Parts: sequence; structure tokens; C-alpha cells
Amino acid sequence: MDDLLAARFQMAVSLGFHIVFACIGMVMPFLMATSHFRWLKTGEEIYKDLTKSWSKGVAIFFAVGAVSGTVLSFELGLLWPTFMEHAGPIIGMPFSLEGTAFFVEAIALGFFLYGWGKINKWIHFWMGILVGVSGVVSGILVVAANAWMNSPTGFTWVDGAAQNIDPVAAMFNAAWLSQSIHMTIAAFLSTSFGVAGVHAFLLIKNPENPFHQKAIRIAMIFAFIAAILQPISGDFSAKDVAQRQPVKLAAMEAHFKTEKPADLIVGGVPNEETEEVDFAIHLPGMLSFLAFGDFESEVKGLEDFPKENWPPVLITHFAFQIMVGIGMLLLLTGLIYLYFRWKKPHLIFNKRFLVLLACCSPLGFIAVEAGWVVTEVGRQPWIIYEIMKTSDAVSPMPGLKYSFILITICYLFLSLIVYWLMSRQIKALKY
Amino acid sequence: MLIFIIIVLGISLLLYLILGGADFGAGILELFSSKKDFGRLKNLTYQALGPIWEANHIWIILVIVIFFTGFPKIYSVFSTVLHIPLLLMLFGIIARGTAFTFRHYDAIIDKSQKIYTRVFAYSSFFTPFFLGVCAGAVASGKINLEGQSFYDVFVAGWFNLFSFSVGLFTAAICAFLAAVYMIGEADDDYLRGRFVRRARNANIATVLSGFLVLVIAKVDKLELYDSFFNWISLMLFILATIALPFLWFFLRHKRRWLSRLVAAFQVSAIIIAWMSAQFPNIILLVNGDHMTFYNTAAPESTLKALTFALIAGVLIIFPLLAYLFKSFNKIELGKK
Repeated sequence: MDDLLAARFQMAVSLGFHIVFACIGMVMPFLMATSHFRWLKTGEEIYKDLTKSWSKGVAIFFAVGAVSGTVLSFELGLLWPTFMEHAGPIIGMPFSLEGTAFFVEAIALGFFLYGWGKINKWIHFWMGILVGVSGVVSGILVVAANAWMNSPTGFTWVDGAAQNIDPVAAMFNAAWLSQSIHMTIAAFLSTSFGVAGVHAFLLIKNPENPFHQKAIRIAMIFAFIAAILQPISGDFSAKDVAQRQPVKLAAMEAHFKTEKPADLIVGGVPNEETEEVDFAIHLPGMLSFLAFGDFESEVKGLEDFPKENWPPVLITHFAFQIMVGIGMLLLLTGLIYLYFRWKKPHLIFNKRFLVLLACCSPLGFIAVEAGWVVTEVGRQPWIIYEIMKTSDAVSPMPGLKYSFILITICYLFLSLIVYWLMSRQIKALKY
Repeated sequence: MLIFIIIVLGISLLLYLILGGADFGAGILELFSSKKDFGRLKNLTYQALGPIWEANHIWIILVIVIFFTGFPKIYSVFSTVLHIPLLLMLFGIIARGTAFTFRHYDAIIDKSQKIYTRVFAYSSFFTPFFLGVCAGAVASGKINLEGQSFYDVFVAGWFNLFSFSVGLFTAAICAFLAAVYMIGEADDDYLRGRFVRRARNANIATVLSGFLVLVIAKVDKLELYDSFFNWISLMLFILATIALPFLWFFLRHKRRWLSRLVAAFQVSAIIIAWMSAQFPNIILLVNGDHMTFYNTAAPESTLKALTFALIAGVLIIFPLLAYLFKSFNKIELGKK
């Protein structure tokens, strides 16, 4: 394995690991706050117990998220020193604000976790909200920095160096809004479906259990709202990518030939050699419509771009299809829940629906990972789009594969421990 | 503006060493505790650190962010040549942060507690040790960017006696801070007595390892050694030394706040002495060149944005943090 590949893998593993914990750390506080609020309003102990048992899980996830985030702040330099040397001054602004947001999150979490019965109960409640709000703000700021890599602005590039740096313009680059909306909703979608699914699984084993029923009801509020919003935000993102990074869109859609109107390709196996997509379903004109809102518009294919600037088409296309497919499935599940809630409340906890929810539990996270693959692999070979190649940014340190292997083993091991700890949390539940 | 950024950077690093350092030290103390005391020590560690635990470790992120935004060349150079010790430190950070939380939040208490403890205690030593190794490497003037071999560029800069002695010194400082801090948290005379003894031992270890750093710097003829004899650094050293008998007096009389203050003062004095000896240089290179705050600073517009972000951060973080410390300190006092 060469060093560039090892560095890319290590970054992928580190981000892919961190993102799950970051999503949970962002969204769980809102679920807890909802339950907390109900306890404060109704005085039903069960809501207090639910909030507390969620908060124990959150403490574990937060700790892992915090250390893996710390590791990332170093890894940016350990793996991509040339990138950071140039990009640091341009996108340091969102990172330094993120430092503050993360600080606030950690402080508020300290209050929340240790404040039971020790501080004023409403201050305690609002500290919980503050954990969530600062978590979401942190997430948005980090995504804004990533968006800059897709849509680099706020500087002029002269002889391999940035001049006339404008950090504010860089932060509010053209991609920050669509990307951060999409990521924030994705966090809500994955975490709330994840939580609902776990409780659904437990409810199947232990029917009529009010603890899990209440947990599902709370999680599904967030889940169905996110499930409905996400396709809309996805469409907004796709139109944005079509404007800014046509080559990424073409790879996502496995769209080799420039067409007017362009077909939407569903499924299929793209072949970069023959520039064909095998076994695919074609929907005439749909890609033109989805990309530009008009069935007749022209969509640029990969053929319009030099081949050395193509992202890996197969991976990008697969990841994109997985993300969209899961998004559709979760939308459907959310709509079914909405229908039950509204018209057939007695069916919410029927076994088949619970099985569906349990199956959905990991899907949101898989979609999050797939979405990151789309945006990161889809930007290749660039680390800063059309400015700096990934291969020019990698560390000169030889033997990066060893650090990749060590980090991977470490994170695999940690994932197993977290899984094991969660199952022990569940075992120890009194409900 | 540049000065403001440097000051915030210095304060963040100092606070990381004092607050995060006390956390590290608590783990190091567990490494040296007898079986008999261990159970109570563990509970105490948790009570003392729990609420402020996560926040204490964010200072290092702030330090890193200030470096890569404001002094990007420094960040890229040290993360390249110090790749190996930084990676080792990161494994320490991962192991420690997770083991501490897992130990407390594991819903079932069984043999696994022992493993968490062992991981927590060992990584509590290794993390500050490698942090110190990196700091030592940066200050040593042994970093070689033009070296031909792997060893010259990626190993020789930090794999030397001076860096290791700074690593030991850092770990000793942490243990010392923790022992002094924990005296005040202990809820009975027996435990308090144990901590007083430990604080003394750690204090001796700190003084000895600090002396070792100076001796090696002298023997190795490091440039840093000479720059220590500027009047600010010298005065701070003298003050830290004068404070020693006071510390011992307060320790013997178990004055918790006074001994904490004196300990924090001594550590700050030594750190600031080091900073002022090195200022404005950050990385000293083997060829005699210096990478300084001035010759690596980002463009004006970036520094302006960073200053703004840091002011906003300081205005938000400090009051909240003060409120956190105050709230939980009051609660603990209230219990007694």
C-alpha cells in the first residue's frame, strides 16, 4: 500500500468513526431534553429514568466522540501537512469558532450529567438544550470547513500559495449552507431512527413495556420530521453540486455522456473503461429535472472532463445510490409512522412495524457514511477542488500504512467495546 | 493582534497543563497507589474530576487550532517531524479519555473495572510524557528538516535524552498538581495524610526531573540553556523556588486552597519561564534557523479573523467555565 492510499484510508476510518459519535452527540441531547421536559411537566418518574439512562449512553458516546475529534485535529497535520499549511489560515475561522462551541458543549454536558438534584431543575434542563445547540453549531462549523474544500473561495491562488485571504468569505462559501443543512438533518435522521430501532428491538422482546414505548414515541417525532425534510435538502444539495461540481454530479449519477435531456440512472454497475453502465434502469429526462429543475436541460457527462480529473465513478455512484435508497426507505417508514399516529394509533406498536423500525436502526448511519463517501471520494483527485491535488498534500513521512493499521485496530476495538458497554447498559435497565 | 493571539495561545497551553495536567496526574497517582487505598482514591478521582473532565481537555484543541490558523507553517512542520511521538500521544489520549468514562459509566461492575483502571493509569502517564517529549523536541534545536535519512528527519529530533527528560518533568508536574489538588478533595484525615505524602514525593520528583532537564540542556550545549538566563525567566525560577518552603508549610498544615494556589503558581512560573526563554522562537532547527511567531504568522486578514473568534470564545468560555467550577465546588463544600 502506498503512503497516499494509507493516508486516505486512515482519514476515512478516522472521520467515518468520529462522524457516528458526533451525530449521536449532536442529537441525543434533544431527545433527552424532550423526555426531561415531560418529566418536569408531568412528574412521571418513567421520563426521568428514560432521560437518565439515555444520558449514560450519551456520556459514553460523547467521550469517544471527544477523543476521536481531538485525534482528528492532529491527524489533519499528521497526514496532510501541506494542505493544512495553505488551508489553515483560510478555514481556521470556522475551526476556531468550533473550538468555542465544543467548549460550551463540554461545559454544558458537565452541568447536565452531574447536575441531577444539585442545580436548579430548569437550569439543568436548559443546560441539556445547550449541549445539543452547541453540538449542532460545532457540526455546522466543521461542515462549513469541509464545504470550503468543495467550493474554495475567499482567496486568490498565485504560484502555489494563497493571497488576499478573506476568512469570512471562505467560511460562507457557496457550499456551506446546503452541506450543513444536509448533514444536520442526517444527524437527526440517523440518530433518532437508531434510537427508535434499538427500543423497538427491545420492545419486541418485551412487549407492552411502557419505557420503550415512550422512548420510541419521542425518537420518532424527530425521526419522521427529519425523514420528510431530508429528501428536500438532498434535492437542494444535488442542484447545488450540479452548478458547482458537475464532475462530482456526473460521477454520483454514473453519467458518462453529455445528454440533453439526460436520463436518471438507477442502480447499475458503472464501467470506467467502456464508459457504460451495466444492468441499470434509465428514467428518461429525470436527471435533467433533478439537476436543473427542467426536463429538457443539458447535463454534462464525465466525457466532458479530462479523465485524470475523474473521481472513482464506481465508488461514488454506489455510495450515492445507497444513501438515496436508504433515504427513501426511511421517508417511507416515517410516513407510515405519521399515518399510524394520526389515523391508527393502536398499530404503532404492532410487531411488524417494530420489526421494520428495528431493521432501520443502523440504516441512517450507513447513509451518513455513504453520504460522506460521496462528498469526499466524489471530490477526488482534489483535496481543494481545482486548486490542490490530494497527492500533493500528503505527509512526506514514510510508512503511513503502520499508523493506518494501528488507528484502524484501535477504532475497531473501541467500537466493539462501545457496543458491549451499550448492551450492558440495556441489561442493567430496570424496565 | 499578533500579541493577543500569542497570549491566548500561551494561556491555553498553561491551562491545559494545569487543569488537564491535574487530570493526568490523578491517573498517575493511581499508578502508584497501594491496593488498600485504591477504592477510595478511585471514587475521589471521579468526584473531583467528573464534571470538569471533558472541558479540561479542550484546551489542547484550542492550542492546535490557533497554531494551524495563525502559524500554519509551525503546525505543518511539527506534525511532520514529530509524527511518531504525536501519534503515541494520541493513542494515550484515546485510551485515557475512554477508559475514564467507561470505568464510571459501565452499568455492570465486574472485573473489567481493573482493566479500565490499568489503561487509565498507564495512559495517564504516557500522554503527558509524550506531550513533554514533543515540547522538548521543539525547544531542543535538534529538529532537522534537511536530513537525508528517515532517522535524521523523523526520529533524531525527539529521540534524545533532553526530550525524554522534559517528558518525565511534564509527567512529574502533573502528578504533583494532582496530589496537591486532591488533598482538598479528600474527605477524611487518613486519605488527606496519604495525599500530603504523595504531594511531597511528587514535588521532589518534579524538582529532581526539572534539574535533570537543566543539566542535560547544559551538557548538550543547547541554545535554550543560555536563553534561560534572561531576567524574566530567572526571576520566575527564583520565585518558584522561594515558594517551595511555603508549599511545604501549607501542605503540613493541610491548607487546601493555599497549597493549591502555591502549586499552581509554581507550575505556571516554570512554564512561563520556559515560554519567555523561548519567545519568540517556537521551533529551533538543527541548522541554527528559528521558526518564530513572527516569521510564520498567517496574513493580517487571518489574524484579524482569528482575534475576533478568540475574543468571542474567551467571552463565552471563561464565564461559563467559572460558573461550572463554582457550582460544583459549592456543591462539594455544601456536602461537608
